[in-house]
This record gives sequence, structure tokens and C-alpha cells, in this order.
Amino acid sequence: MTEQIYKTDALIAEDIDAYLETHQHKTMLRFITCGSVDDGKSTLIGRLLYDSKMIFEDQLAALESDSKKMGTQGQEIDFALLVDGLAAEREQGITIDVAYRFFATEKRKFIVADTPGHEQYTRNMVTGASTADLAVILIDARKGVLTQTRRHSYLAHLLGIKHLVLAVNKMDLVNYDQQVFDDIVAEYRAFAGTIGIEDFVAIPISGFKGDNITGPSGKTPWYQGPVLLPYLESVEVNNTLNQQKPFRMPVQWVNRPNLDFRGFSGLIATGSVKPGDEIRVLPSGKTSTIGRIVTYEGDREQAFAGETVTLTLTDEIDCSRGQVITHAKAPLEVADQFESTIVWMDEEELLPGRAYWMKIGTQTVSATVAHPKYQVNVNTMEHLAAKTLDLNAIGIANITTDREIPFEAYAENRDLGGFILIDKVTNRTVAAGMIHFALRRAHNIHWQAVDISREDHALMKNQKPAVLWMTGLSGSGKSTIANIVEKKLARMNRHTFLLDGDNVRHGLNKDLGFTDADRVENIRRVGEVAKLMTDAGLIVITAFISPFREERDMVRGMMASGEFVEVFVDTPLEVAEERDVKGLYAKARAGDLKNFTGIDSPYEAPESAEIRIDTTAMTPEEAADLIIAKLIP
Amino acid sequence: MRLPLIASGQTNQFGKEHMTTKTLTHLQRLEAEAIHIMREVVAEAENPVMLYSVGKDSAVMLHLAKKAFYPSPPPFPLLHVDTTWKFQDMYKLRDKAANDAGMDLIVHHNPEAVSRGINPFDHGALHTDMWKTEGLKQALDQYNFDAAFGGARRDEEKSRAKERVFSFRSANHRWDPKNQRPELWRLYNARKAKGESVRVFPLSNWTELDIWQYIHLEGIEIVPLYFAQERPTVERDGLTIMVDDDRMPLKDGEEPVMKSIRFRTLGCYPLTGAVQSTAETLPEVIQEMLLTTTSERQGRAIDHDQAASMEKKKQEGYF
Repeated sequence: MTEQIYKTDALIAEDIDAYLETHQHKTMLRFITCGSVDDGKSTLIGRLLYDSKMIFEDQLAALESDSKKMGTQGQEIDFALLVDGLAAEREQGITIDVAYRFFATEKRKFIVADTPGHEQYTRNMVTGASTADLAVILIDARKGVLTQTRRHSYLAHLLGIKHLVLAVNKMDLVNYDQQVFDDIVAEYRAFAGTIGIEDFVAIPISGFKGDNITGPSGKTPWYQGPVLLPYLESVEVNNTLNQQKPFRMPVQWVNRPNLDFRGFSGLIATGSVKPGDEIRVLPSGKTSTIGRIVTYEGDREQAFAGETVTLTLTDEIDCSRGQVITHAKAPLEVADQFESTIVWMDEEELLPGRAYWMKIGTQTVSATVAHPKYQVNVNTMEHLAAKTLDLNAIGIANITTDREIPFEAYAENRDLGGFILIDKVTNRTVAAGMIHFALRRAHNIHWQAVDISREDHALMKNQKPAVLWMTGLSGSGKSTIANIVEKKLARMNRHTFLLDGDNVRHGLNKDLGFTDADRVENIRRVGEVAKLMTDAGLIVITAFISPFREERDMVRGMMASGEFVEVFVDTPLEVAEERDVKGLYAKARAGDLKNFTGIDSPYEAPESAEIRIDTTAMTPEEAADLIIAKLIP
Repeated sequence: MRLPLIASGQTNQFGKEHMTTKTLTHLQRLEAEAIHIMREVVAEAENPVMLYSVGKDSAVMLHLAKKAFYPSPPPFPLLHVDTTWKFQDMYKLRDKAANDAGMDLIVHHNPEAVSRGINPFDHGALHTDMWKTEGLKQALDQYNFDAAFGGARRDEEKSRAKERVFSFRSANHRWDPKNQRPELWRLYNARKAKGESVRVFPLSNWTELDIWQYIHLEGIEIVPLYFAQERPTVERDGLTIMVDDDRMPLKDGEEPVMKSIRFRTLGCYPLTGAVQSTAETLPEVIQEMLLTTTSERQGRAIDHDQAASMEKKKQEGYF
């Protein structure tokens, strides 16, 4: 234990009021520790807690008994056991999730995100890094710079962490040899430069023995640099940096206690604000002036990034949750297409084209991710071709939102450039993303105004455009019914076009296979084609298995209201399989055909189709008549 | 919190008269984080509620709620899952605090525990399970609450250290530590299916010292039991228990003794151990806390049951 802590104890005992006065002015630093399984990460954190007196007698007693039972340090205290939380993990001897630890010194309160070094847990490290000001990268002095070291450094840099500490640990096991330390630092420096890390601080330590943790160690007289804890106490926290940027506050909640008060509550992301400031609300672009800054303690003269406030405006303009209040002269960009880095965090892989919820700032919108431009191998930083992203994969991809959203590049503003993707069915958080920039297209492409409108096209054909979307199992009778419907409509002088699954796959979609991701893209393209055809005034009939509810809903969302008619061709699996017109079920059962809907790939039946055809109860002719009767009453 | 501004002399192009920066203290950052979390819940949940246990953490949470929504009153009720065995002083403050905040207070008693006369003397662990764990589930189901604020902190106990701020619960209230949603930046995913719920912990990143310091700075009213006073006590199983009312059966030869005691944590009085103390003011309490050598939860009988007991209880639906 160091001198510094004794001093604190004395102050507490003698003058608690003075101590409290000091403590209330402490700042806060959030950092992550990353290292491989045996780099001594948990031991280091345990050591920091112990040295800063965060461990109580009863915990220490439990720790001593645990150390004897399952410790890895013989009869000595195993600090790692303090930190490895959940019962299941303790049995396995590894940490598997993000755990948060707390300790304080005279100058600072610290929050440590303890993140695991396992290959399969990129997700956890990214999570821990997202709120960190600083990263401590641990290296085992005996092993040097490992693949994991590169990965951790890359991820810390990717998440925008400005301060990096390279803690070369277990120096006690290499006899505190300067050469070992210098070689490791040189190797790391060479690597760091290649991924854009400009600066880092390297410290030789022993978490186990306590060298260079709280004070300079007598074992490393050759080392003159900063010692770990004092360095953590002095490094500049970056929230004041945010305060010097233009004002932005995402609106979290509209505060309306009565008819006379309407305030906009939020946490100021960047900049500062005071009454009288001219502001602009995005994406609407409406302008007004700040009236009051309301807080529980009374109105404020000024408020800064990092603070939560309620603002009133001098005009009654439209402003709601998800919109961003900005300085009028420094507004945000607004766009609906972005290039971004995406870290995939779910067992179920990314389906390009599928609609996910995207939460960014306080706004949640629907968004689709295109096929990745490439995936990054986090061990070698190589760019790999990728059709999708699976668990723990990191890729660069374009993302399209269903409306324009205010944003900033992640590098500029974590609050308005970082987002999560949420699966619409399972509600799981499936990915984290960081916006690089808006695609030029979003700024510059305007819809070409055409003289002959879609209404004109429809009028000329004397009909109302529509998409009759047949969905059902293979062999359910979709194509048969679709053909009869088209013939009947042709006889009624209607202009139609039939898009058939097999035919489209011979041309437009011949580059697509039958994985879930390809199926989604298949349907997306068909949807776009069908939409263009309705713009031309046609009645489009489609016959695709289209097994996923979300994709059918995505196509529904593309069409004008009322123009999408979902027709569920409902044939039980056993009936379709017995018919087996194309012999496909037999092949699938034999294992010769993979991802076959109904056999080893799911079919999600429509829950509220406009029309349901029970093919066991009616003939294709009767089915066609029923559909036409609904379409043209 | 109105702490002195630490201002720099710089100006920027957005107004020369502005101070450009203000260094936020750790308590200001923790306060802002908690307020942000509470507003997210209110914006995204259909029917939130705040669990209120009358302890110091609940007091801080309620105070933050008043700040978060001011000038509106907090737009959700308080729920006290009562065991009928709390200290009398706790019941007094509970009713007053709800009234002062202008919030509805729902008090739930597990009817089965009432009818079977479940008590801490005869029923041991069953007491906590029936009154608290089952009682909480009943209340959440009965009122269809889909989000419940709790005052738990990550520094309290190891299994809490890994729990998310938004902790997702299945339709039968179970917590699955292996299947938690990643939580990044300030983005909380509050989406859930019908019947499922989230428990939300706005004080996740606070420590015991932060709580005390904040109570001190903000002048938050807490139960007098936190301050030392002469109180009638008996010694049982290594804990100093306060004889709070005449429901407490005394064993042969047991005679309540007056001692100057206070409590570091409050629960059911027969299960809550006191510490001998002369700390009568907040600074004295904080002083004792800082110089003490045992952790806060030691005064609670519940954690001593078995190794990893808290994690198991949480999986079953305990807060």
C-alpha cells in the first residue's frame, strides 16, 4: 500500500468535511482493460482495487478462502478471483462478459470495463470500449505482441479511444529485463503506426507483485516513464473537448406538465447553450430561439455538453423525440444513406436487405444494410470479400434508412454517429455501427421530376396498379394460380405482368443462391422491379415462395398504400410434398438440396394476408376467381 | 447539482460571452447518466414503475426522478413490495416521500405470504422468496408493468457487476446472464415482446460512497435508522438485531439491551444487522464508512446462504 492512501486515511479521520470537499470535485475516468486469457488482466484489476483500498475485510477473508480452493497462485492471494464474477465463469476459470469495476483515488473515480480476451468475444470488447476514455492493453512480457494484442488495439482505435496504455505485465517473470521490455515496445510501435495509432504510453508492470502500479518500482531502475495509477489519475478526460464543438442536443422527451409549458428534455451531446441562442431543429430545419434552460434547481444561464437539461423555445415549432436541436448557424447534415463500420453481435448473421431497427441518438428508424464492401480480419487487418457478416465480424457496408436523419461522423461525435441495429422479430441488439460519412447520392440525387406521372400511366391503361403477391411453399400452386389470374385479367383488358420465381432467377437474380441472405436480396430486387412496374401502371402478379415475413413486409412498405395485396397460397407441407411436381422435396429429403423451405429452412406463414387460398378446398380456377373478385370488386 | 464552474478563458465562434468548457465532476456525470436512463425508459416503455424500498439507494433514485422530469412530476408510480417486517421508521418515510414527490404509491403484499403467516423467524429463506421474489413478480404481473426501475449498483456484489443497465426479463421474470444484450454508448435497447419486461438500474455505476456523498450534497431525506441512536438490541447469529416492535419473539434469557447503533443497509428488521456506532451526522456516517473494514452487504442475512446465492436469486426473479 502506498503513502498516498495513508494520507487519505489521515484526512478522513481528522477532517471529514475537508475530505468530502475534495471528493466532490473529483473527476471521472472510464477505461477498459484488454488482454488475452492469461495476461493477468483480472489480477491487475484486483490489484488496483486492493491498492486503492476497495476491498473490505470480509471480502478479503472470502478471497483468501477462495484462493486456497480454486486459486492459481498457490497459497498467495489470487486477485483474479475478486473480479471474475459469475459462478459459471469461475468454474471455467475465465471471464466471458463485460464486467464493470469501481475504484477511486484522491483525484479520480475510475470505472473499469473488464473485457475478455477470447477470440469469440469481440462483441464484449467493443461494448466495453464504447464508453471508455482510455484503454489499457496488457501484454505478457514472456509472450510479447500477440495476435490478440493487435486485435485489441485495432478495436480500441476503431471505437475512437484516444489514450492507449501498453502495460507490459509479468515483468517479475522475466527478471525485470529492460531488453525484453524495449523489444516489445519497439514491435508494438511498428504495428501501431500501421493502423493509425499515433501515440501510446508503455509501462513495465507486475500486477501480481505490484511493480509500477501505484509508485515507481525499485526493480526497474532503468524505467523513467509514468507509473500506471498516477498516469490514469492525470490523463485528460475528453468531455471538455466535446464542449468546444457546436451545440447539439438530441431530444429525448417532450416535457409537457400542463398547457402552459412545453420543454424539450435531453442530454447535451456537444457544445453549450444559453437563453437567447438561435437554434435549428433537424431534420425539419425549423428555427427558433432558446427561451429558458429549466432544471430542478432553477433556470440556468448556460449549460454544457454532458449535462441533462430541459429547454424551452420562444416559438411553437414542431419538435419531438428523435429530433436534434442544434446551433442555428452550425446545423447538422441530414441524410438517409451512409457508409459505416458494422460490428456484428448476433448468432444469426446479417441479412443484407432485411429491415432492422436502427437506434441512433434518441431516434429509432428502419434501416437496411447492403452487402458488405469488405470484412476486416481483426487479427491481420486484411480486407476480405464478404457476402454477409456473422457473429464478431467487422465489416464496412452502406446502410440506408427509411427517412432522412440528422447525424455526424462517429469520429466527430459518438452520440450522433454511433448506432445499434435491433432485430425486428427477436428484439435482440444484433450489431453496433459507426457512421463514416453520408453517401454523395443522399445529398445530390433528387427524384427526377417526370411529366408523365404514375397516375397518368395508370389512367392511360384505365386501371389501378397493384401487386398481387403470391406466397406459399414450393408446390403449393402459386405459379398455376398466378397464370390463370393473368389470363383472366388479360381477357378483361387489364395490363399485367407476371414475375415468376424460377424465371427471375434465370436472369435478374442469377447471381443469387439460396442462403437466407440471398433469399432476402432476391425478394428485395423483385420488390423494386414490381414497384417500377406499378409506376408504369401495371398490375403485377408475383409467384415467389418468399418465406420470411419481414421481407414480404419490406416489399409492402415499398408500395403505395393499398397497392400491395398479399395472397397466401395455403397448402399444408404434407400435401405439397405429396404433389412434389418438380421432384424437389424428394431431393431435399435425400439431402441433395440444401436450405429447402419447409424441410431445412423455415416458412413464416402470413399473419394477416389480404387473401388466403386454401388449395385443399378449392380448385385453381376458383382461387383465381376469388382473387380477381377481391382485386376488381 | 450546482457546483462551482471550473471555466476556461477560451471562447469560440458561437458567442464570445460564453464560457466554453465546464469540467464535470464524477457525481455530475453519474447524475446525468441516471437522468438520461430514466428519460429513455419513460420515452420507450408503455407502463414503467419505480421499485421503492425506502433505503438510501431508493431515496437517491427518487430524487433523480424528480430532477429528470421537472417541472412534471415523475410520470410513473412507486411500487413498494412490502414484507410487513420492515422497520417502522421506513413505513413513515415511505408514505411521506411518495406524497412529497406527487407520485402514486402502490404497496403490494403477497396474499399467500399473508395467509400463511410467513415470517423471518419461522421460515428462513422462504421469507425472502415469498414476500420479495414472488411478491415482486405478482405485482409486476398484476399491474402489467413492462419496465421497473431498481436501485441496484454494480459495486454491491459480483454478479451485479456484469448486469446491464437495461436488464431484460422473460415473460416469467427470469434473468439469463448468458444471453444479455450488448449495451453500447448511451444507446439502450428497450424493445421487448408482449409479456416480457426490463428491469432498469440507473444507479449501476454508483458506488456506496457516491450515494452517501450525493445524499450529503443534495440534502436528501433518508430514514433516521442510518444515523446512530440508542436502540433496543439483541445479538443473534453474530448479527446485532434491533427489536423494532413487539412481534419479535425473545428467546429464553434474551433481554433487549440499549446500544448506540445504526444501519448501513435496511431490510426486514429481524434480518438486518446493525453496527455499533456513534455517527449521528452524515459526514460522520461517511467517515465511518470510509474507515470501516467490512463490506455493506455483510449486514444482510440473505447473502450468506450459499456461494453465488445472489446470482441464483436473480435468475429466479429477485431484484
